[in-house]
Amino acid sequence: MDLEVLVALPIIIPLLLGALSLTVLSNHSAQRWLGAIGTALLLLCSVWLLLHTREVGIQVLEVGSWPAPFGIVLVSDMLGAIMVVLASITGFATALYSLKTVRKRFERFGYYPLLHLLLAGVNGAFLTGDIFNLYVWFEVLLVASFALLILGGERAQMEGAIKYVTLNLLSSALFLTAIGLTYGLVGTLNMADIAVKMASLEDQKMVTVIASLFLIAFAIKAAAFPLFFWLPASYHTPQVAVSAIFAGLLTKVGVYALYRVFTLIFTADTGFTHEILLWIAIFTMLTGVLGAAAQFEVRRILSFHIISQIGYMILGLALFTPLALIGGVFYIMHHIIVKANLFLVAGLMYRLGGSFELKKLGGLYRNHPGLAVLFLIPALSLAGVPPLSGFFAKFILIKAGVEASAWWAVGVALLVGLLTLFSMIKIWNEAFWKASPEPNPAVPAPTRNALLYWTIGLLAAMTVCIGLFAQPIYQMAEMAAAQLLNPAGYIEAVLGGTTP
Amino acid sequence: MTTLMAILIGTFYAAAIYMMLRRSVVKLVIGLILLSNAANLLIFTVAGMDRGIPPLIPKGELLIEGPAADPLAQAVILTSIVIGFGVLAFAVVLIHRACEVVQTDDMNEMKGTD
Repeated sequence: MDLEVLVALPIIIPLLLGALSLTVLSNHSAQRWLGAIGTALLLLCSVWLLLHTREVGIQVLEVGSWPAPFGIVLVSDMLGAIMVVLASITGFATALYSLKTVRKRFERFGYYPLLHLLLAGVNGAFLTGDIFNLYVWFEVLLVASFALLILGGERAQMEGAIKYVTLNLLSSALFLTAIGLTYGLVGTLNMADIAVKMASLEDQKMVTVIASLFLIAFAIKAAAFPLFFWLPASYHTPQVAVSAIFAGLLTKVGVYALYRVFTLIFTADTGFTHEILLWIAIFTMLTGVLGAAAQFEVRRILSFHIISQIGYMILGLALFTPLALIGGVFYIMHHIIVKANLFLVAGLMYRLGGSFELKKLGGLYRNHPGLAVLFLIPALSLAGVPPLSGFFAKFILIKAGVEASAWWAVGVALLVGLLTLFSMIKIWNEAFWKASPEPNPAVPAPTRNALLYWTIGLLAAMTVCIGLFAQPIYQMAEMAAAQLLNPAGYIEAVLGGTTP
Repeated sequence: MTTLMAILIGTFYAAAIYMMLRRSVVKLVIGLILLSNAANLLIFTVAGMDRGIPPLIPKGELLIEGPAADPLAQAVILTSIVIGFGVLAFAVVLIHRACEVVQTDDMNEMKGTD
C-alpha cells in the first residue's frame, strides 16, 4: 500500500534535484555532486520500481487520492517501468560524462537543473495514465530540451533549434487538437477510461480520424518518415552530453506514446492504422540508413541512424503480434543504451582526434586502442552482430515479420541491418584504421579522460550483458508485450476501484 | 454558434499553417501563436458551448441539478494557454537571438545544418 508512492519517485526525485541545484547555481562542485549522486539515486529508485512492478503487477497511484477516471493517475506497467529504468541509465551516464565535458560557463546557465528537468519530463511521460497529463510532460521535457539545445549559442545551434522548436511545437499543437477531439467525443481524459468508452462507440469513423491525428503528432516526435527532418538538422549541434541524452531518450518518448495509444486506445481498426504504421516503419528504416550513408560527420551519421532504428521499433508495433511487440520492446531497451553510448564515444573521439569530420580523423586505433574496442561494441551491436544486444533485437523482430508474412518489412529490415554495418565500418575505417591525415600537433595530449572511459565502458558492458544474458531481458519484454496486448489488465488496474 | 466557431477555428488553423510556411521567422512565430490558439478554441468548442449555467453546487447540496458548463475543459484550456505562453515566449527569444547570430530573418538562409 505504502509502496504506491514508488510510482511517483522517478518524477519527484529529478524535480527536487533540479530545484535544489538551481539554489546552488554558482557552486559548481555542489551542482556536479547533485548531478552524479542524484541521477544514481534516481536509477536505484527506477530499478526498484521495475522489480516491484514485475513482482506485484501494474502499479497505480491516484494523485491526491482522487478516484480514477476523475483525478490524474500515475501508472507503472512493465513498459513504463522499463522505459523509466532506461531513462535513468541514460541520465546517470550523461551526468557522469558531463562532469568532465561541460564547461563552467554552461553550468552557470543552468545545465544541471535543465538536465534534471528533462529527466523529470521524460519519466513523467512514461508513467502518466492521463492523456492531457502526457501532453504536459511532453511540454516539460520539450522546454528543457530547447534550452539544452541552444546552450552555447553558436550559429549552427540557432539554425538547428529553430527547426527543432517549430516542428515540435507543431506536433504539440496537433497532439492538443487530438486531445480536444477525444474529449469532445468521450468526455474523459483518463487513458484507460478513453479506451473503454472509445470501444463502445457506434461510429468508429471519428475514432480513426483522431487516431490519425495522434499518429501524426507522435510520429513527428519520434522522427518517423516523412516527418523526421528536424532531427538530423539539430541533433549534431549541441554539447556531446546533450546530444547523447537526446539521442537516447527524446525520440523514444514519441515511440513510447505510439506504443501506448496504439495498443490501449486505438485497436479497433488495426487494418487501417497498423497498416499505415507498417509502411511508415519500412520507409523510416530505409530513408534513415540511406541518409546516413551520404554523411561524413560522425554525429550526423549517428543522427540518421536514430531514424532508421526508430523504424524497427515502429515495425514491432505495426506487426502487432505478441512476438513483434516483444521484439519492439527489446529493441527499445537495446537501442537507448547503444545510441547514447555511440554519441558519448563520438565525443571522446573529438577530444582525442580533434574533429567530428571523418576526413580529418584517423589513426585512433593506433593511438587509443581502448577507445577502438569501446567503439566497436556499440557499433557492432547497432548493426546486429551476434552475440551483442542488437542481434537478438533484430532477430526477434525479423522472426515476427516472417511469421506475419510481412515480406517487404523483413527484406528491408535485413537490408537496413547490412547498410548499418556499412556505416559503422565506414566510421571504423576512416576514424580508427586509416593513418592520421597529417601529424596534428594542434591536439594537446588530453588528460583526465578516465571517467569518460568508465562511463562508455559501463554502457558497453550493459550492451554485452543484454546480449549474453538475453533470457531475463526477453522475459521482461515478454511481460511488457503481454500487458500491451491485453489492455484489460491495464484498464482494470486503473479503473477497478481503489486498491484494497 | 457551434458552426460559426467551427469556421473560425478552421480559419485559425489555415492561417497558422500559411504563416508557418512563409520564409520570415517572425511570421513563423505568429503562425505558432495562431496554432496554439486554434487548438485552445477547439477544446473550448467541443466541450460544449453552455451559457449562463455555471458549474456551482448550491449550498447544502452534494450534486449539481440539471445541466452545467464543463469546468474540466476550461481547466485544460487554462493549462494549455499557460504552457503555450511559456513555450512561445521561448520561441520569441530564440528567433531574436537567431536573427542576431545568423544576421538574417530568412528561413531559406538558415540551411547550414541541413
